[in-house]
Amino acid sequence: MLQTLLPILIFAALIVGAIGALRRVRLWRQGRRSPMVWRRILLIPKRYLNDLHHVVARDKAMAHTHVATAGGFVAAMALAVVVHGFGWRHPILGGLLLAASAAMFVGALAVNRRRVKPPEKLSRGPWQRLSKSLLAYSVGMFLISLPLVGIAPALFGGGVLAVLLIALVAWGVLEMIVGMGWGGPMKHAFAGSLHLAFHRRPERFDDRHPKSIRPSGHQFDQDASHDEHRGSRSTALFPLDLNAEKLGVEKPADFQWEQLLGFDACVQCGRCQAVCPAFAAGQPLNPKKLIQDMVVGMAGGTDSGYAGSGYPGIEVGKHHGASAEPIVPQLVEAETLWACTTCRACVEECPMMIEHVDAIVDMRRFITLERGETPEKGAAAIDNLIATDNPGGLDNASRLDWAADLEIPRIQDRPEGVDVLLWLGDGAFDMRNQRTLRALVKILRAGNVDFAVLGDEERDSGDVARRLGDEATFQRLAERNIATFSRYRFQRIVTADPHSFHVIGREYPAFGGEYVVKHHSTFIAELFDAGRLSVATSEQRETITYHDPCYLGRYNGEFAAPRQVLAALGLDVAEMERSGYRSRCCGGGGGAALSDVPGKARIPDMRMIDVRETGATTVAVACPQCTAMLEGVVEPRPQIKDLAELVADALIEQPTAADDIVSPADSEFFDEVPA
Amino acid sequence: MMPPDDANSVSVFALVSSGRHPVSGRAGRAREDARAVEMGLMLAGSALKLAHAGDADDGALRDCLEAYLGMFHGLGDDRPGELSLLPMTTEDDAVAALSEWLANSGARLVLTGQRAECGEGSAMLPYLLAERLGWSVVAGIAAIESVDAGSATLLQALPQGQRRRLDVRLPCLVAVDAVAPAPRQSAFGPARRGSINVVEGIETSPDTARRAWQTQPARARPRRLKVVKSGNARDRFKAAAAKSSASGGQVLSGLTPDQAAEKLIDYLRKEKILREEKTPSISEEASAADQ
Ligand code: SF4
Ligand code: SF4
Repeated sequence: MLQTLLPILIFAALIVGAIGALRRVRLWRQGRRSPMVWRRILLIPKRYLNDLHHVVARDKAMAHTHVATAGGFVAAMALAVVVHGFGWRHPILGGLLLAASAAMFVGALAVNRRRVKPPEKLSRGPWQRLSKSLLAYSVGMFLISLPLVGIAPALFGGGVLAVLLIALVAWGVLEMIVGMGWGGPMKHAFAGSLHLAFHRRPERFDDRHPKSIRPSGHQFDQDASHDEHRGSRSTALFPLDLNAEKLGVEKPADFQWEQLLGFDACVQCGRCQAVCPAFAAGQPLNPKKLIQDMVVGMAGGTDSGYAGSGYPGIEVGKHHGASAEPIVPQLVEAETLWACTTCRACVEECPMMIEHVDAIVDMRRFITLERGETPEKGAAAIDNLIATDNPGGLDNASRLDWAADLEIPRIQDRPEGVDVLLWLGDGAFDMRNQRTLRALVKILRAGNVDFAVLGDEERDSGDVARRLGDEATFQRLAERNIATFSRYRFQRIVTADPHSFHVIGREYPAFGGEYVVKHHSTFIAELFDAGRLSVATSEQRETITYHDPCYLGRYNGEFAAPRQVLAALGLDVAEMERSGYRSRCCGGGGGAALSDVPGKARIPDMRMIDVRETGATTVAVACPQCTAMLEGVVEPRPQIKDLAELVADALIEQPTAADDIVSPADSEFFDEVPA
Repeated sequence: MMPPDDANSVSVFALVSSGRHPVSGRAGRAREDARAVEMGLMLAGSALKLAHAGDADDGALRDCLEAYLGMFHGLGDDRPGELSLLPMTTEDDAVAALSEWLANSGARLVLTGQRAECGEGSAMLPYLLAERLGWSVVAGIAAIESVDAGSATLLQALPQGQRRRLDVRLPCLVAVDAVAPAPRQSAFGPARRGSINVVEGIETSPDTARRAWQTQPARARPRRLKVVKSGNARDRFKAAAAKSSASGGQVLSGLTPDQAAEKLIDYLRKEKILREEKTPSISEEASAADQ
């Protein structure tokens, strides 16, 4: 009986599953098309084993569980097709099939253990069922295959036991194969594999970085240091064609088809939810739910089938969508999109390499550019950027007021060029940040750096406009800044603002502006490395911690330089639990400080709790926005100091100064410093 | 927001001008004109028509006119905005061009900002236009309450947050006050989709009055402060916070037009704005009497 039923079961499941899969493909193809490169399918195994596992392996136990379960299943299924489907009942194959089922069983046990009391981040519902289905499939397949190796052959001839076994296997196959095509939890394997192949950011994968496993290279070689952090390989937003018929994403079908495919790959593991600062602060955003809502929109229906945590303060089950219906507000409320700080923590954690921030900015673009419904303060900032080139609506000529007594050279007076163009950023208008800038100028002078500023020719980099979805204003600012840069000669741009650093360094190249841009932490570390700064290490022992800015760390992979600077000052850094690539956002990025969506707590307050847990009395920062957000936390609290301030305070003035200003000709000096 | 039904039968226009940002001096939406457009959109939805008389070849002007067209969103339909540009040079008289065009446009209700931000900025345009067209004119409008085929009910802003309800006959020119509801955001997409139609066959005439004028940069003049000697903080605060224009005012009601005119002339004589026995004429200085 088994020998007739099993092949029917297996092939029927494969056929039905395939039909479902084709329908799924049709759902993805509703999105905007781009040229297909079928060859990319060949990349799946490599990208799966290498890149995806790199992320999964951050949770060791889960990684092992997944290897056993998924590996066991794939092998068991393939063998089952041969052995039970085509009836090639070879004992060796049977043995392998037993081994694979056993491995899967062990993995499934671990899955089930995690599911006894699932953590909040996990979804229940079908995902809870999947853990049982895995057991059913592995046990059923194991037992039903025992006769192949000659064990208990008589037992399964017929009768109740055989029916029971068939039922078990049928359950498993239904979940694993049919469910894969028809949108069950196993969909993630099918969609996930194709997502790896057709990912919109191929730079994220090792096959695009053949030299990524390199021996210790140049310490400050940008590529090398970046590659240690794969998350920052591709972080620039995609430029928007301003001549397109519709700007941004209004309906699910307005996404690129690769994005829809990516949403479908989500395994609802909730890692993104667990790290999202807005979710933790009780703001109505949950990146996992957002991705699931995109799936609902793509396939059509309501969110009532969602079995995980929702958006704080918004009931699950009340929203609905369809691929050709607007997303906001019937599927997702606008405030959900505006709560995002674009900190990229979710993208960093996502084992399926889903790009939440791209999706959020795409939808914001539509709201801002087509609907004109940017939150009030954000809209005011954009109007100011259009009228005055800075978000505060201030006189751009006052950009240098804070430096009236410093006699900072203007690049306009240096036609022969300078080594460093110091980019001030909009922090130049902020009294708190002016202290940082003064400290930075002091350091540059102490290090005999040949530098100059643009003064009132400097405009906002366009960061805030772009994150608020106003790509038009961003592109205008970018083009004007690039035109300004092209009039002057300099070797590199140095800035104390990670947002400018990211935008100029990473996003301007798409508009024809390619520059060497360095964050001041990197540059100061280089000065230390070259022995050009001397500091007195403080006698007072104080505990200090360092807060990684999102746009410096996760976006650009610079985790080392700030710590090197602190080490050079003789300070011991007590790391926060969430630091480095897992740093928690200060709450100030992505225009979130402007949209100011209400929640239960404030993100900077939560970050200050992280700081306090280290026992630090000072938190070193490296971003004007982080400074402002953290200083907004009520006292008493640890004090907030920019790296530049800490260094400037410790400087020992050297008498040599003025004479040997490094001329542009010597500026290659830096590049020759050995690691 | 859907426009009220009664407004559909009335064709509503908004006259817009190029603004001047107070800090950077860049062209953009003029603040009061933008409020007039907002009022028009609330009233007529995307059926609102915009008009401007100016240099059709000026790129910065076009950007700024597009910014008004960028307000055509959230109106219940996706009809793009339309703006009629009456071509003329900066030497020409906008009143002549606009009045000729408006007379043939079928407009019944024309909204505009109370005072332009550049050019003459005299706030005289609505009066001069209404004079030529023989229409009603009302200034300082904060809201339009209702409109029907023959008349409109408006709220006029008075100092210190007071409002006066006015019923006016159509056709009417409405000068919108700075306290009217804030304009919606100008969005790039609708701005791009809106159309600027250059109207042909507009007869222009040079602004002869202006030729005779001399212009010079404005000088900031010291403002006379009323020093309140009271030792009471509350009194000093009130004195500092009070709007001087409201003091000494007198509300006259229940007068015949002749009596009212008599009272006004007496007042102007007392303030030495009118000299004895001279026919009163409206002049720009007269409108400054409240300062
Ligand atoms: S980018 Fe940051 S704030 Fe935005 S959804 Fe992801 S984790 Fe949350
Ligand atoms: S989006 Fe990624 S991190 Fe978030 S639940 Fe889905 S798979 Fe997990």
